[in-house]
Amino acid sequence: MSADTVPAPMAVVLRTEHLGRRVGETEIVSDISLGVERGELLGVVGPSGSGKSSFLRLLNRLDEPTSGAVYLVGQDYRQLAPRELRRRVGMVTQRPFLFPGDVALNVRFGPTQRGETLPSAEVNRLLERVGLPGFAHRDVTNLSGGEQQRVSLARALANRPEALLLDEPTSALDEEAKEGIEELICEVVRQTSLTCALVTHDRNQARRMCTRVAILEKGRLVRTGTPAEVLSA
Amino acid sequence: MLRSLFHSQISLGFAQAAIASVLALLVVLLARRRNIHLESDAAIALLRGIVQIVAVGSILMLLLKGPRWTSAFLLTGMVLAAGSISAKRAKNIPGALKVSTYSIAAGAGVVTAIMTWAGVIDTAITSLIPVGSMIIANAMNTNGLALNRFRSEVLSHVGEVETALALGAAPEETVARYAESSIHSSLIPAIDNLRSLGIVWIPGLMTGMLLSGSSPLYAAIYQFVVIAMILASSGLTSLLSTMMIRSHVFSPAEQLLLKGTA
Repeated sequence: MSADTVPAPMAVVLRTEHLGRRVGETEIVSDISLGVERGELLGVVGPSGSGKSSFLRLLNRLDEPTSGAVYLVGQDYRQLAPRELRRRVGMVTQRPFLFPGDVALNVRFGPTQRGETLPSAEVNRLLERVGLPGFAHRDVTNLSGGEQQRVSLARALANRPEALLLDEPTSALDEEAKEGIEELICEVVRQTSLTCALVTHDRNQARRMCTRVAILEKGRLVRTGTPAEVLSA
Repeated sequence: MLRSLFHSQISLGFAQAAIASVLALLVVLLARRRNIHLESDAAIALLRGIVQIVAVGSILMLLLKGPRWTSAFLLTGMVLAAGSISAKRAKNIPGALKVSTYSIAAGAGVVTAIMTWAGVIDTAITSLIPVGSMIIANAMNTNGLALNRFRSEVLSHVGEVETALALGAAPEETVARYAESSIHSSLIPAIDNLRSLGIVWIPGLMTGMLLSGSSPLYAAIYQFVVIAMILASSGLTSLLSTMMIRSHVFSPAEQLLLKGTA
């Protein structure tokens, strides 16, 4: 075992230790230590500008931490190649940013980057899982907001990630589509024991979806616990 | 009138400059009558202008009389200046100066070297410097356009780029599409110049050749040669700079560094 590998309980998939990011004089994320267990859906809640999304971007190294460390299944993620890390820690953002072309092209995007071709049967299985059977050859420009977000989720799942980061995935959707995506995420987590961190400004959404909640204020972790414990107010 | 009074070309030039300055000063005096005071600014600018341009002319006169290798020295200086000027179009992209200078040096250098070797450009300083400077100046413009467009494209598509990175894509691949469109856009002026040659404009070089007594047909063909060389060097510069700049917008940990507003 290398010096940077810290023993961790097998159940903890993602763990941060004193994680921080400073940009110039501003400390965006400060001294956050927490772990996310396998099959857990952790809600990261806080007011606008509290550093929720910035914290999430540190977990797949889209931004570089300036202090502390992140461990993926006990291994310091700086020991992993960034592409390998991002395959293992997927991300779904507020806007889906689908690539021009059809749905299948988008679902295949991740595996294609590694020189793999996702078989059509697997594409269809993923689309069925996200509630879009028969959508493989639809052009992405003809999809509704909710459908686009479902494709975005299928695209992230196609990489077979060990953890999934969800950055306000429903905030750009109408109520009906939002409920559909919430149910879908919960179902995927239940069926696959996927480890998830969900950033949301909506406390009710965190209450409905999450098994545990972390509350951030001014870049700092101020409370963690079950939704009933920390979202009672 | 002046030509009969001054027999030396340099004295004639100074006399012409004096008349042009007097005209400019008359306009300044006219402005003064309307309470617009430009006297000191205009006088200083005129004096400074003549001193600067005479200094540059004198240096060129000395260099043009020098050995042929002086061309390489002069052209290198031009490439360095061109790299520095066009790198400013790639604000906030680390390494833009290096990328610009290398690309212009390679783009303009390869074309100038091949054409000189083939005998299309004469090795005399009086030929190599003007043609070489045209090639370098156009490579500089194309490079500036390409980098500027690339920067704007990436800044307008940060979400798409980071989505692809988050899915495990190679950094250079995530911006490849924007590099391609930048090459295309940067070459539009060079292609349009070639398209409109002789119809919309008669370039300066051809005009100069005609004034110096060359055959109009040869002047026309040689002008085409120069514009085609410009397209070749600009294209090569643009290809190289957009290929090299792609990796400069990412950190070693494959994070997009270029963010903000386009």
